[in-house]
Amino acid sequence: MLRLRDLSFRYKIPLRGSVLVIITALAVTVSLILREYDELKQDLIANAASLGRVLAKTLITPITHDDVWRAFEIINSPFQASPRQNAQQEAEVVLVLDPRQRVYVSTQPNQYPVLTDPGRINPDFYAVDQAAASYKEFETRSVEIPDSDKIYVVTPIVADGVLLGTLVMGYSKNVFLPRYLAIAQRAALVTLLAMAVLIPASWYWAQRFAVPMVTLARSMAQVAERIPDDDEITVEESQDELGQVGAAFKRMVRELREKKSLEREVMLSERLAAVGRLSAGIAHEINNPLGGMLNAIDTFKHHGKVDPVSARTISLLERGLLQIKNTVAALLVEAKVESHPLTRQDIEDTHTLIQADAQRKHASFEWEDDILDTLPLPSTLVRQILINLMLNAVHAIEERGRMSCHVYRDSGNLHIVVRNDGAHIPAERMEYLFEPFSTGSNNGREGGHGLGLWVTYQIVTQLGGDITVASEPGDTRFSVRIPMPLQNT
Amino acid sequence: MRRRNVLLLPLAAALPRLAFAQRDEAGGDIRIGLTPVFLDDQVAFLNDWRAYLEARIRAPVRFIQRGSYREIVDLLRKGELDFAWVCGYPFVRHLRELRLLAVPLFRGKPLYRSYLIVPTPDVRTRSILDLRGRVFAYSDPDSNSGYLYPTYSLVKLNERPSAFFGRTFFTWAHRKVVDAVAAGLAQGGAVDGYVWETLQKLQPQLTVKTRVVDKSPEFGFPPFVARQSVAKPIFADLQRALLQMSGDAEGKALLQRLNLDGFAAGEDKLFDGIAAMVKVVDAASHVAPA
Repeated sequence: MLRLRDLSFRYKIPLRGSVLVIITALAVTVSLILREYDELKQDLIANAASLGRVLAKTLITPITHDDVWRAFEIINSPFQASPRQNAQQEAEVVLVLDPRQRVYVSTQPNQYPVLTDPGRINPDFYAVDQAAASYKEFETRSVEIPDSDKIYVVTPIVADGVLLGTLVMGYSKNVFLPRYLAIAQRAALVTLLAMAVLIPASWYWAQRFAVPMVTLARSMAQVAERIPDDDEITVEESQDELGQVGAAFKRMVRELREKKSLEREVMLSERLAAVGRLSAGIAHEINNPLGGMLNAIDTFKHHGKVDPVSARTISLLERGLLQIKNTVAALLVEAKVESHPLTRQDIEDTHTLIQADAQRKHASFEWEDDILDTLPLPSTLVRQILINLMLNAVHAIEERGRMSCHVYRDSGNLHIVVRNDGAHIPAERMEYLFEPFSTGSNNGREGGHGLGLWVTYQIVTQLGGDITVASEPGDTRFSVRIPMPLQNT
Repeated sequence: MRRRNVLLLPLAAALPRLAFAQRDEAGGDIRIGLTPVFLDDQVAFLNDWRAYLEARIRAPVRFIQRGSYREIVDLLRKGELDFAWVCGYPFVRHLRELRLLAVPLFRGKPLYRSYLIVPTPDVRTRSILDLRGRVFAYSDPDSNSGYLYPTYSLVKLNERPSAFFGRTFFTWAHRKVVDAVAAGLAQGGAVDGYVWETLQKLQPQLTVKTRVVDKSPEFGFPPFVARQSVAKPIFADLQRALLQMSGDAEGKALLQRLNLDGFAAGEDKLFDGIAAMVKVVDAASHVAPA
C-alpha cells in the first residue's frame, strides 16, 4: 500500500501546494459566505420593510372597502412585476391578517385560505403573532424564528391610528442558496485558476527540489556496491541545504575512494611482502641442502670411478640441481650485493644491451638519459631494474612498435619511466602483476621464468622506492622511483 | 348598400381625416363604453375592432373602459357615452333610458348562462348550498351572471344572500372570478358562462383549475345598448355595422376572436327572465332588513 509519506517529493510538494490552495479557498469562501449571509439578510429585511410599508399603505383602501380581490392583487403585484429578475428577494408567502389574526388574504390561498387561523397551518405564525402583539408602536419588524427556514417581516396596516390588519411577508432563507452557490462557484473557479498556475509551478519547484535529491539518493545507494566516480554524482552547485548535502556527499565519496585505494595498495604490498618472505624462507631452506648436494656431486665426480650410466645420471642430477639453484637465486633477491655507485655509463650500457633486441623487431626505441654524474645507488640493481623493464617492453611491442625509456633525477630520487605501445595489461591482471610466476608478468614472452617483474618489485621495494603501472590500450607505462641515500647526496 | 360601401372604402382609407371631419360636424366621436362582459383586456383586439368599425361607419370610434358596470351605465345615462356593451341586468334596470342596439350571438343564439365554479381540487361541492360559510367571489354587483343569478338562487332556496357566505368579494371582472377561484382565494364563484367558455379556448391552463358545478337557465346575452338620445343615423350605422360583421371576412375574424357568431337586433323581452329575477331579489332585500 502506498502511503502518503512514502510518496516522492515530486508529488508531495504539488499535493501539499494544492491542499494549501484549497484550504485557503475554503476559508475565504466560508468567510465570504458568512459575510454575504449577513449582508443579504440586512438587505432583504431592509427591502422587505420598505416594500411592506408601501404595500401596507396601499392595502388600507381595499381593507376598509372590504375588497379582498383588490388586496389579493396588491399583495401579488410585487411578484408579477418582475417574476424572475429579483427572484432572491421575493417573498415566499405574503399574508394579510385581520385584527383577529385570521387570514384576510394571502398569496397562497390554497395553503392559507381566507378566514383561517394561520398558526394552525404553520406554527411559525404563533411566534409571528406574539412578536406582532408585543409592539408598543406600529412599526415594521423582522421576526426570525429558530428552527424555521423563514424570516418574517411584519408590517402593521394602520389607518388613522387604528390597526386594520397585519401584513406578514415570509422569506425563505433558501433564497440565499443561489447566492451562496454563485460565491462557491466563483471561489471554485478562482481556486481552479490558482491551481492551474500553482500546480505547474509547484511541480517545477518539486522537480528542482526532488531531482537532485533523487539522484543523490541513487548515488548513495550505489555506494554500497561500488564507489561512483565524481562525474557520476550530479548535485546542485548551490549554497542551500541541498547543495551542502551534495557537497558533503561528494567529499565523503572522494574520501571513501581514497581510503579504498589506499587499502588496496596496502593489501597488495602486504601480499607481495608476504610472498617475498615466504619465497625467501623457502629459498634459504632449499639453498642449504642444495649446496650440500652440489658439493657431494662435485666430490663424487673428482674422486669416484664413474661408469657411463652413473656419469650420465650424475650429470642429469647436477643440471637439475643447478636449475633449482638458479630459480631459487632469482627468487631470493639479494639487495645487499656489493656494488659500485651508479654511473652514467652503467645506464648507457643497458641501452646498448637492449638496442639489439629492439632492432630485431624494427622497433622505434626512444632513449633519454638525463643522469650526468655518479649517483649513490647500487649500479648492479639499478641496471637489473632497467634491463627487466626494457626487456618486458621489447617483448610486449609488436613488430615496428614503439617503446621508450626515460631516466632522470630530482633532488632526492632517481626516476625511471619505461613505456611501450604493445597490448595493454587488462585490469584483472594488474593486481597480480608483481607476483612470482604470475600469468601477467610473462604475458607474450617465450622462455621467461615469470620472475622479471617480481624481481624488479623486490629490488625497488628493498631500495625503499616504489613502482607503479598504468596501462591502457596503446600505452603501458612502468614508473619507478628510487630514493637516494641522504648522506651521500 | 354593399356597393356603396365598396366604393367609399378606398376613399375612407385615403382621406380618413376628411371623413372624420364630416362626422365631427355632425356630433364628434362615437363613444362606446365597454365592460368586462367579455375579455376586455385584449388591447390589440380592441384596436383592430375599432379600425374595423370606423371603416364601416366612417366615423372615429372611441372605446371607453371603466372599472365597473355602474360607472359605464352612469356615463351612458349622463350622455357621456353613446353606446355601451353592458349586462342584461343594468339594461332591465334602466330600460326607459336605454335602447337595445344589438345582442351578440353565442353559439348561434343571443343567450348565455351563469356558471357556478369551484376550485378543481374541490370535488364534493354539488350546489351553491355546499358553499355555506365559505369565501365566494362575485364579478360585479351589476352583473346578472356574476351576482344577480347566484343571489336569486339563494333567495329561492330561502337563504339570506348577505349572511350565507363566510366572506364575499367582487373582482369587477368575470375572468378575475376565474382567477380568484383558480388560485383558491375564493372557494366558489359566479361567472359569465360565455367568458368561462371563451377562456377555456384561450387559456385552458386557467380554466382547468376550476370546475363548473352548476349552470343557470339561459338568459339574454349582455347586449349593446344606446342612450335614448343618440341620433338615429348613428344608431342605424352602428347597428348595421354590428349586424353585418358576420357577413365579411374581416368581421368574421374579429367575431372569432370574440368567440361570438355575430349580432342580432334582439328584442327587449329577451331580458324578461332577468327582470323577473330582479323583482324577486329586490323583494327579498326589502324584506331582509325587517
